[in-house]
Amino acid sequence: MTRMKSKWLILFIVFGLILTACGGGSDDAAEEEVVAEEPAETLDSPATTAAAAEPEAEPFSICLVLDIGGLGDLAFNDLAYSGYEAAIADFGMVGTFLEPDGGGENRGELLELCAEAGNDLIVGNGFLFDAAMNEVAPNYPDINFAITDGVAEPGNVRGMLFKHAEGSFLAGVAAALKTSTNNVGFIGGVDFPLIHEFEQGFLAGVAAINPDITVQIGYASVPPDFSGFNDPVKGKEIALAQYEAGADIIYHAAGGTGTGMFEAAKEVSESTGTKVWGIGVDFDQYYTVGNPLPELQEYILTSMVKAADVSIYNAAKATVEGTFTGGPNVDDLSTGGIYLSYSGGYIDDIKDTLEEYKAKIISGEIVPPSVRP
Amino acid sequence: MKLSLRIASFSAPIIALAISFGLSSLILLFIGKDPIETFQIMFEYGIKGKSIVSIINRSIPLYISAIAVAVGFKMGLFNIGVEGQYLVGSIVAAFIGSQFSIITPLHILFIILIAVACSAMWAAIAGYLKVKKGIHEVISTIMLNYIGTGLISYSLTNVFDEKGSEYELPRTPELPDTGQMPALNNLFGLEDLQDLHGFLFVAIIVGIFYYWLVWKTTLGFDLRITGSNPIAAKFSGINPNRLIVVAMVTSGGFAGLVGLGPLLGYFHRFTIDFPTGLGFAGIAVALLGRNHPFGMGVGALLFAFLERSSQILDLNDVPKEIERMLQAFILLIVVVFYEVIRRFIVKQQIKDASKKVET
Repeated sequence: MTRMKSKWLILFIVFGLILTACGGGSDDAAEEEVVAEEPAETLDSPATTAAAAEPEAEPFSICLVLDIGGLGDLAFNDLAYSGYEAAIADFGMVGTFLEPDGGGENRGELLELCAEAGNDLIVGNGFLFDAAMNEVAPNYPDINFAITDGVAEPGNVRGMLFKHAEGSFLAGVAAALKTSTNNVGFIGGVDFPLIHEFEQGFLAGVAAINPDITVQIGYASVPPDFSGFNDPVKGKEIALAQYEAGADIIYHAAGGTGTGMFEAAKEVSESTGTKVWGIGVDFDQYYTVGNPLPELQEYILTSMVKAADVSIYNAAKATVEGTFTGGPNVDDLSTGGIYLSYSGGYIDDIKDTLEEYKAKIISGEIVPPSVRP
Repeated sequence: MKLSLRIASFSAPIIALAISFGLSSLILLFIGKDPIETFQIMFEYGIKGKSIVSIINRSIPLYISAIAVAVGFKMGLFNIGVEGQYLVGSIVAAFIGSQFSIITPLHILFIILIAVACSAMWAAIAGYLKVKKGIHEVISTIMLNYIGTGLISYSLTNVFDEKGSEYELPRTPELPDTGQMPALNNLFGLEDLQDLHGFLFVAIIVGIFYYWLVWKTTLGFDLRITGSNPIAAKFSGINPNRLIVVAMVTSGGFAGLVGLGPLLGYFHRFTIDFPTGLGFAGIAVALLGRNHPFGMGVGALLFAFLERSSQILDLNDVPKEIERMLQAFILLIVVVFYEVIRRFIVKQQIKDASKKVET
């Protein structure tokens, strides 16, 4: 008797659950028909819906695939995103952005996804996309591709390269002129060749002013561990150690890790009474770090700006105007894609010397080294 | 009676799936997205030809990883270290495999053997620590994961890095053509799609081998007996210490195969982009498939399907994180339901037995 009871009870529960599950489905199924029409359109051809609103021009579309870390790193990915947003705003483009998960096969799949959706320009943010570009771009010769910090073989891929060493050289010059302890620091995010360009440029810039200045070098992580680009705690730790060892200016090329460096600068300045500085990277961090964290603003001496946002904007512009070209596209001090910011006015007094060095670099009289000897 | 029990136990994953989709739908509704539309988009994208190849490729390592975990589970041993084991095996196999060239079948066999041996040895450390020092395998395998990751970081840059390469990042030299596993596209007439990894065959063989090992051999019998009642097993003459080491090494050996699908079929070298996390995903698949070779196959395909099909969501303004939640829901609910059903079955069996005694 009890056996029968519990058996029926279980059966009842099971059927009840199935019914509720199905019931929920069929309720919505009625709505589905109404809704399904619209998304099918937006999915297959974003152009058609937009074309209805603006019949004379079919808008161009841009797809941005970010790198590990994703949005909110206050550096590399956010930089690309701001260029992408500007392009959407100025050229009325339709935009999509994707973030990869771990594993490299995914990069190619995401690029392909963008291509199949019929985008006109597809940007892979980061040189890690080079293999995926080589794989996907040849299958879509009519689509423009762009890759940040890297190059790829297919003719329809623009490699957006930057001479990090040139800007870092000027950062070194500024640090050397401003130091009063003859001791400065460098914090790299991840110890690999791309960041060595920043390191070597900085070292050369410091040495150009005074070869006797000590430069302390620290890295937040070594590959394959890329956490060093987004580890403010580690950044603060390294910076505190360098300030304690006598440095009064530290330049970072470490993405989100750099925020920790500025915090350390504030902490050390307040506890010792002598002001120490940090130099920002990628963005003009006087604003990008200084606006959300105003208490750190006065410790940001200058920033070595790398205008990857402008490069993406330009690639979008060229796509809209039909003048897009593949191949390497190098930005440096002469093109304005790399520059030292004067925000805050802390380095206005040495502007003449900096401009002098800038001119020498542009003329080719000085060639800052970008690889370790 | 027997049949109804079987139906009951088979219904667990289906009910869990239904509830998981229901809960995810609620979350989607909560953030203002249409769940039916979302799942429809996912499904339509997931059954495209390219997606199916991608799903199969993704499920190969997931499946093998689940088997590696399941071997331990069968005797109540928790090998959380599949993650570290397969990465260690993969990097060593990728490097040694790139240093010579012999005919393809031998070359691939050799790479497989190296990976299996390395991973098995890595797992054996945990087995040794448990038997000789009494350290619980969960602790030791987790720690060995960290040690393994650290060793890989160091050796990738300093030992295995391709010499004289101008590439920005450390990576092992590329496997010569003879060490790359041919794709299966020609076999199935899929020339216009991306490569279908040849390692699919190995995964199927591994599944059959696992079944044979656990259900048809003395070792498998010992494993299962120890898993269901360690004390009875001990009294029946099974040496638990020997069995722990054997199970750990076997589990590690399977783990060695996890990274080889992507290595031989796609990457052809160990890079910083080499897929990680497969060892942990395998634990989930093993739980979902209840350590059964067929169940784990379905579980691996399901997770691979969800991963692949969720990629389309970002293009449709639906956060693809919903897929992670869906996976977690499925796992959590399925584990609960297995337990509910197991208790139900045990109760029924006891009742049946007592009834027989009465009559």
